[in-house]
Amino acid sequence: MKRLVILGAGTAGTMMANHLHHKLNRKEWAIDIVDERTEHHYQPGYLFLPFDIYKPEDIIKNIKDFIPSDVNLITKQIDRIVASDNYIQLAGGDQLHYDLLIIATGAKIAPEETEGMNGEQWYQSVFDFYTFDGALALRNKLRDWQGGNLVIHITEMPIKCPVAPLEFAFLADSYFQHKKMRDKVNITYVTPLSGAFTKPKSTAALEHLLQEKNIAIESDFAISEVDNENKTIVDYGGKVVPFDLLVTVPTNKGDALMERSGLGDELNYVPTNKETLQSKAYANIFVIGDATNVPASKAGSVAHFEADILTENILHFVKNETLAAAFDGHANCFIETGDSKALLIDFNYTHEPVEGKFPFAAIGPLQLLKESRMNHWGKLAFRWIYWNVLLKGTPIPFVSANMSTAGKNFN
Amino acid sequence: MEKTIAQKTVQVNEEGYLTNFAEWNKEIAEEIAAENNIVLSPKHWEVINYVQNEFKNESPLTIRKIGKSGVVDIKEFYALFPVGPLKTATKIAGIPKPAGCI
Repeated sequence: MKRLVILGAGTAGTMMANHLHHKLNRKEWAIDIVDERTEHHYQPGYLFLPFDIYKPEDIIKNIKDFIPSDVNLITKQIDRIVASDNYIQLAGGDQLHYDLLIIATGAKIAPEETEGMNGEQWYQSVFDFYTFDGALALRNKLRDWQGGNLVIHITEMPIKCPVAPLEFAFLADSYFQHKKMRDKVNITYVTPLSGAFTKPKSTAALEHLLQEKNIAIESDFAISEVDNENKTIVDYGGKVVPFDLLVTVPTNKGDALMERSGLGDELNYVPTNKETLQSKAYANIFVIGDATNVPASKAGSVAHFEADILTENILHFVKNETLAAAFDGHANCFIETGDSKALLIDFNYTHEPVEGKFPFAAIGPLQLLKESRMNHWGKLAFRWIYWNVLLKGTPIPFVSANMSTAGKNFN
Repeated sequence: MEKTIAQKTVQVNEEGYLTNFAEWNKEIAEEIAAENNIVLSPKHWEVINYVQNEFKNESPLTIRKIGKSGVVDIKEFYALFPVGPLKTATKIAGIPKPAGCI
């Protein structure tokens, strides 16, 4: 009997377990999935928790409810991957041999990478919303905050869901308006990028929205430290931005397991072939989702599209065939813009987001790169789709793994 | 588009980055540096050589990576190339502007 081991039972790992448990020949293959946690969090929900739009119970379920019964779920810490000898060293001494390994250990925030970030103001006036604890603490802070300088900040790229900090800014604008205190809040968006987003056409659209919502933007800001005493953030070039409330996205890193195992780059992401999703170091290791270093967005939609490609390639690999399926970097993201509206962007390695209709050319019903209420309903509906369709590996109707150019205005 | 830098006609993109590294030479670097009010010192050249090597190795460049390169730390990097150091250094080095992120 051969053994496939999946590390990580988050979005990507869970989808792979669901794809492979009926696609692999189970008379030949046993499947294990390892995760130290017992809860599965709907991470896009962290964006809505601070604004009292979602409640904790909307975004937390049990990992085991999403793992097929014929897949062995191991709830243990992973000490190390010993890739040269094809086994996993689990905490506590057990070893788990594999013939084929899928790394799906994700990315997480590392506030300790920036001087002063997790200092005395951490969770007092400095918050993240990329963890459940951070988002909840921020909700409690916002409930009775009296106003002042709200600074929304990105430390460095890449980050998970690169549009989330912008969405946070838009939702904050809307939240304070509804609380009738928008005039008491200055919102500043501070980014290491040269503009609001990474791709030119969406940057133009998003900067227009920032302006319309009276949100100031401070770009090209490379943070050197959070000054807890003076409540400012300071950039290497000497720029200083004062805050009363700092909502920061700290440096994101892959799991420290990669460092312990000698498999990561300088940010603990695993060097991965961006088309086949095979690790560059070992032929029998594949990587999916936020754990890779591929130049695609770190987002659930990307993991979903990658899962289709990776499933095909795993099936090729076990038959000693060429890895024929090639991922194109497809990402599909709703961007909440406040007041029950949202934008939708659809892009890949080579095509930036543009205007158009989605998923059906000329019909839509969703509009690309334009605000609409339909897009917002799409985003809210997505939570249901996530729990009921996406994690189970069921294809989302009419949305293919590789990007379609139909209905898009590439001028 | 075409641009003449240091008496040589080269291909650049709309932001002034060389699109063909083979056309780069040291005189071009000095002239682009001068446009950015920088006079190249031996330390600047160490950084330029480093980023060119990373480019040849197809290894994505970030400010963090430069800080850990052993060539300069981040503070020194800003002192050498004060405004947008990574963007300026790569332009002088004749390599594409780092996408940095997605």
